[in-house]
Amino acid sequence: MNIGKKQAVYLDYAATTPVDERVVQAMLPYFGTIFGNPSSIHSFGQQAESALENSRQVVAGCLHARPEEIIFTACGTESDNLALRGTAFEQRKLRKASHILISPVEHHAVSVTARQLEEEFGFNVEFLPVDEYGQVHPQEVETMIRPDTALVSVIYANNEIGTINPIAEIGAICHRAGIPLHTDAVQAAAHLAINVNTDQVGLLAIGAHKFYGPKGIGALYVRRGTALQPVETGGKQENNLRAGTQNIPYIVGMAEAFRLACAERQERVDALAPLRDRLISGVLECVPRARLTGHPSQRLPNHASFVFEKVDGNLLLMLLNEEGFACSSGSACKVGAPEPSEILSAIGLSRAWALGSLRVTLGKGTTMDQIDAFLQVLPAVVEKARKLGA
Amino acid sequence: MTGLPKVAVAMSGGVDSSVAAALLVEQGYPVIGLMLRLWSEPGSENANRCCTPDAMAQARKVASQLGIPFYAIDARDRFHDTVVQAFLNGYSSGITPNPCVSCNRLIRWGLLLETGQAMGAEKMATGHYARLQTLDDGTVQLKKGIDPRKDQSYVLSALTQEQLRHTILPLGDLEKPHVRELARKFGLAVAERPESQDLCFLAGEDYRTFLSRNFEHIARRGPIADRQGKVLGEHEGLAFFTIGQRKGIKIASSKALYVIDKNVERNTLVVGPVSELGRTTLIANNLNWIAGADPGGAFTADVKIRYKAELATATITPGGSESARVEFHSPVRGITAGQLAVFYQGDVVIGSGIISH
Repeated sequence: MNIGKKQAVYLDYAATTPVDERVVQAMLPYFGTIFGNPSSIHSFGQQAESALENSRQVVAGCLHARPEEIIFTACGTESDNLALRGTAFEQRKLRKASHILISPVEHHAVSVTARQLEEEFGFNVEFLPVDEYGQVHPQEVETMIRPDTALVSVIYANNEIGTINPIAEIGAICHRAGIPLHTDAVQAAAHLAINVNTDQVGLLAIGAHKFYGPKGIGALYVRRGTALQPVETGGKQENNLRAGTQNIPYIVGMAEAFRLACAERQERVDALAPLRDRLISGVLECVPRARLTGHPSQRLPNHASFVFEKVDGNLLLMLLNEEGFACSSGSACKVGAPEPSEILSAIGLSRAWALGSLRVTLGKGTTMDQIDAFLQVLPAVVEKARKLGA
Repeated sequence: MTGLPKVAVAMSGGVDSSVAAALLVEQGYPVIGLMLRLWSEPGSENANRCCTPDAMAQARKVASQLGIPFYAIDARDRFHDTVVQAFLNGYSSGITPNPCVSCNRLIRWGLLLETGQAMGAEKMATGHYARLQTLDDGTVQLKKGIDPRKDQSYVLSALTQEQLRHTILPLGDLEKPHVRELARKFGLAVAERPESQDLCFLAGEDYRTFLSRNFEHIARRGPIADRQGKVLGEHEGLAFFTIGQRKGIKIASSKALYVIDKNVERNTLVVGPVSELGRTTLIANNLNWIAGADPGGAFTADVKIRYKAELATATITPGGSESARVEFHSPVRGITAGQLAVFYQGDVVIGSGIISH
């Protein structure tokens, strides 16, 4: 895309990614040629069902799960909704558990759902503390988990600040206590090798468009034996947990995209991590009053995030866009009324810093030349934004 | 490449600024759309006249139709601390300020222009009905818009040469019906949007209600008296009255009574018959000469004392750089402290000043 004269550089792969051409090709037959409803008895239905179950197997394989533990949904957010609401309702019914433990750095798909469970359904939501990097310490889970805890939810890797949580250690604690652990792995699945067995999670959410799959399709891993109530009710699809005719072309696309992400994981990470490291050191060197947000090393390989003191983050994004760089920010607001993000507040940043956030996330198309060009313009752009806000 | 400079258009989601943007795109300018997010009282964010989420969605839609980038600029704090605060302070000191004038000078031709410039725009365009003409010596003249019913040169008359030099007014040569026609021609969804009225941050409510809520001491009761000092009754707060007002005086009298003056020191509302309403002189402060300097000595001009007032001929005598004495050739009704007096010679705006007590 052209913005003004310059070719625009996309540095917002954590927001979404373009669909891989191989994925598009895998999807195409399922719009017109193989179009059946997988619930139908006839051969059209059987063909579709076969594509559905093959896809389920592929997705399960990538997570070291069993196919029957994969529920297809419409997106990562829906997976989080199903995990929280479905588990909370079931745990209350089974054992009168009404305590929910979540981190303060959850994606809104989790935090807003938890808030609704508290406000409208009488659950009691408690927040785990996080350190300055937004990381949850396993011993805090140990301390705060209770016999009446219905569910623990800790994000695998944070979308805004890139920090990776010690999910396996938290999983072990929850497993010992017999309390289901849900993790939002929507960002993590694109970059990290995930093994639901060693991580000992009960539920795990993913969405395809973060790893070069299409938007509008996601999945929830539900460990065998983890009881859940459906949120979407109707037919018996997806093991009675998600009613509605399955979106076969998108499910096929998600499976192919996830397969490629797993097969090519190491080479993708090896390509991205050095670019990220160059970006982080470059920004901290050349921009005054700048800080890295999130963990310095335990972070997603494509993820760099910063705060700049006394800068309007919104304005920074606009100026960067006019310079030809598409980035994101934790307080981004399209109607001009930015507020500091809950995540940045949770890691202890004051308003003066938290409003000036910038997230730069890299992907397949990113080159070292682009990073260098970005580092060329950023200091002046931050200075301009600082002056305008003064 | 057209070689034309990049232009930032101040958009509001209304017909005028949308057509201004469309015309510039049609002329080949590289255009970016900017929209101010102004302050609203907490709770009435959706009712602010010109920067509600709805208006912003309209502007965004127009920008996408025109294929131009669109950005919302957060001016909430600055607008509140300058324009709204001055509005409240003005009323509490007994004057009737014009917040649109200060918004234009401080916010639109301040933050918005600066933001556009930071994005590489050389000029800013707005949907105001007024014309600019650059003279041979480089001076920019501000002139009335062609459409006499829509002329908005009044609200631009506090702008400086520096601000005007960076301005494009694409609608100055057009009449309003033609602009609506153009909106339809361009297929803009805003073609039928109603004309905006009142002050944006009042959210459609009476300014008196807004004042009472935001300024506890504004409703201070005091006497109503005639010119001779005879007390006729009691008023509920000077801020609720403006010069020339007839409504709300609530005194039985054989002749209709009008507000003819406000004595802030004594908190007295001075009323009288229509014959006492006219005045022949005013003092204008905070002068702004469009050409940059005062015209050198007394001059004759047509003066507008409110946005919608008729022009009245006067002799204007600048007394130093700060103030000028304006003597009308016949009495003028409704001279109100805090409003702008704008001086015209023909279509050309010579300058303006704020009417003092």
